[in-house]
Amino acid sequence: MSAVIEETHEHHDHKPTGIGRWLFSTNHKDIGTMYLWFSFIMFFVGGSMALVIRAELFQPGLQLIEPEFFNQMTTLHGLIMVFGVIMPAFVGLANWMVPMMIGAPDMALPRMNNWSFWLLPGAFGLLIASLVMSLMGMGSAPNFGWTFYAPLSTTYGPSSTDFFIFSVHLMGISSIMGAINIIATIMNMRAPGMTYMKMPIFVWTWFITAYLLIAVMPVLAGVVTMMLMDRHFGTSFFNAAGGGDPVLFQHVFWFFGHPEVYIMILPSFGIISQIVPTFARKKIFGYSSMVYATASIAFLSFIVWAHHMFTTGMPVAGELFFMYATMLIAIPTGVKVFNWVSTMWKGSMTFETPMLFAIAFIFLFTIGGFTGLMLCIAPADFQYHDTYFVVAHFHYVLVTGAAFGIMAGVYYWIPKWTGNMYDEKLGKLHFWLTAISSNVLFFPMHFVGLAGMPRRIPDYSLQFAEFNAMATVGAFVFGFSQLIFLYNVLKTQRGGVKATSKVWEGAEGLEWTLPSPAPFHSFTTPPTVK
Amino acid sequence: MRAATRVAGILGLMLISGLSHAAYQLNMTPGVTSFSQGAYDIHMMVMWICVVIGIVVFGAMIYSIVKHRKAKGAVAADFHENTTIEVVWTIIPFLILIAMAIPATRVLLAMEDTSNSEMSIKVTGYQWKWHYDYLGEDVSFFSNMSTPMEQIEGMEQKGENYLLEVDNKMVIPVNKKVRLLFTSNDVIHAWWVPEFGVKKDSIPGYINESWIEVPEPGIYRGKCAELCGQYHGFMPVVVEAKSEEDYVAWLDSQRAMAAEAAASAEKTWTQADLMNQGEKVYKTACAACHQANGEGLPNVFPGLKGSAVALGDIAKHIDIIINGVSGTSMQAFGAQLNDADIAAVVTYERNAWGNDTGDVVQPADVKAAR
Repeated sequence: MSAVIEETHEHHDHKPTGIGRWLFSTNHKDIGTMYLWFSFIMFFVGGSMALVIRAELFQPGLQLIEPEFFNQMTTLHGLIMVFGVIMPAFVGLANWMVPMMIGAPDMALPRMNNWSFWLLPGAFGLLIASLVMSLMGMGSAPNFGWTFYAPLSTTYGPSSTDFFIFSVHLMGISSIMGAINIIATIMNMRAPGMTYMKMPIFVWTWFITAYLLIAVMPVLAGVVTMMLMDRHFGTSFFNAAGGGDPVLFQHVFWFFGHPEVYIMILPSFGIISQIVPTFARKKIFGYSSMVYATASIAFLSFIVWAHHMFTTGMPVAGELFFMYATMLIAIPTGVKVFNWVSTMWKGSMTFETPMLFAIAFIFLFTIGGFTGLMLCIAPADFQYHDTYFVVAHFHYVLVTGAAFGIMAGVYYWIPKWTGNMYDEKLGKLHFWLTAISSNVLFFPMHFVGLAGMPRRIPDYSLQFAEFNAMATVGAFVFGFSQLIFLYNVLKTQRGGVKATSKVWEGAEGLEWTLPSPAPFHSFTTPPTVK
Repeated sequence: MRAATRVAGILGLMLISGLSHAAYQLNMTPGVTSFSQGAYDIHMMVMWICVVIGIVVFGAMIYSIVKHRKAKGAVAADFHENTTIEVVWTIIPFLILIAMAIPATRVLLAMEDTSNSEMSIKVTGYQWKWHYDYLGEDVSFFSNMSTPMEQIEGMEQKGENYLLEVDNKMVIPVNKKVRLLFTSNDVIHAWWVPEFGVKKDSIPGYINESWIEVPEPGIYRGKCAELCGQYHGFMPVVVEAKSEEDYVAWLDSQRAMAAEAAASAEKTWTQADLMNQGEKVYKTACAACHQANGEGLPNVFPGLKGSAVALGDIAKHIDIIINGVSGTSMQAFGAQLNDADIAAVVTYERNAWGNDTGDVVQPADVKAAR
């Protein structure tokens, strides 16, 4: 065993070159970079699908695409953004930052790290292959929405559903391995003196997220396997004619799905909790209450799933339980927001791009939180459910929440990754265009939703026309603004003003003690944390 | 100060965008039933609570952004962790939540009480239409969207009730507690009329319940809310509330129409009549998939023009329409269409679009095939 370990050490002493550097990489930074680029590419793929959707919805009537293709677009847009953009971006950030923040040389399980990344291109290759086949006139791509409710996805699903099922299996394996790796790293590789309650909050949020992933990704794998059995092996899990129940699908799916939405926001909470103290030049107000709030949100996320299902005809006792439990989530979430505001209070703030994104995150995520509170009120949810109000809500928490958190994190840490400062002017331009257009895009959706526009429809009645046109304009500005982000990242990678090791005046934490760019192996001798 | 002006700019923009469209509906409808009103009240209450919390939290943030900036010489204070304030900001939200939960519970309990209803209608979702069955009244019918494809494809001016109009409305009497039973023939649909505050999933193999009591006559429009396949967006719900006398008269007229249809199935039709009727039936029942020109959608829905089914054995053609094709989207239309309609549509499909077989199918042939 020790001989093997020595051998790997020798390999690591040479920085590999060429394509092999990436294909066989076991280095947390290279794998992190691949995750981030994968996510970035998928962001443009999923984003162009959103633009197809918004273009069709610019005016009432069917102008550009058939309803069938519209459904394929909404389905793939959702799947790609959830599993191909937000989640890989978080894993990429964890790969880069967790070892550096806890004073480790690399991730605990580097070979598994390689495999968990390289499963992703396969998974999304399968998914996108189904769209390519659809465009070539060979059947339909998945067209049942990213929530793939049975029996629309089982008895009535297109043949490409099997591609989708296998693709979800691969994504699940990848996520579980990524999560195991992060937990193993955090538990075993912290520098001497770094107790759990001294870990940076980003590390804490990822630690908790990783447990959520391990708990619920197998449930997702289970539900798609049940679909596979129903489709091809004669079972009737979701078919009433055979003694099953279509609503069982929704229970199993949302038992995965609700923790999943916290998987997509907790790491952003962590990023914001790193950035706000840095630019306010002041310690985070309540470190331990932030940690406990994150843990409470994670716990509550397991007992609220059926608030997605108020209209399925649950018994009233069930509706009340899920309504009350969901309301409770507002408390730890409120604690987080109050903490960020108190951290800013009486600080000495500057407003570089990461801070701008962090502030926009706090504003806009809170709006998404408010609509979330409204949605959990069951009698009102009968009106909101499956309308654009819900679409507005989850885009506020996922785009102006999760994605803004990721963008803030990229601007915050890219000087450490590349050794160069990004272009602040371009960063600010990107921020303002993104922040304004995202509101032009998503805010009107609240209005059309309340006025009665259902989601996932390719055509709508005339009273919704104005706000839909407005949302489409916002969508195109938002989409094209991201090219500035791409350009800025590429420019920073190529060169720019050299970054110091501390980068930001108010930065604290082990990652800022390493030189910029950070060395290939982060901490070869562990630092001591007092 | 510059960033503060910018933030104020964003908020202002959001406000203006709200005001300039004030003529359009921005908010949830209070509707006409007790529980659409209940939903509206609780919606407004929670929304205003959120607005107030928002003003406090965002106000503090904006104040801090304006005042506590390094550019204005602010020096960072060094305070953190304060148990009192942390307890306070945990307890106050908890109390606010209780204040929300009490009225929400009251409204919910009233909504879920379907007891003491005076009549029942079974609502069945089909891809992509609704079926209404007046239990014990011997009245049932399908309700299809009646907006013409020409309007959807932009070749005609869109009407006032674009995508919100149907051929047969569901009719209910006013001031009567009507119990609704929801189920589905295929996938999950959701029956929704915003002005009633009722949205309920119709689930194949299961029955869900709700109820409505509409105080005033009028026409109320809604839509299917649960993604149910490609024409999910074209599945409106239209309900007409009538006075008790008008409702009874409507029931009678429905029964008379059913009797007439049954009688027409007994007679022998001319080919021209069958073609006329067939075209109508084809447009409502078949054209969504097989398309008005009979060409279908390549690799999704087969065409009928020149197809083996339309040109081949008549008995098989009739059988497919009555029993559907299992494992495909071709539904069984036996229960949806009467003998005359099936005879007409088979005749139409065998003679339209250059399928000039000259075949004439009579209602009696269909009756024999059932």
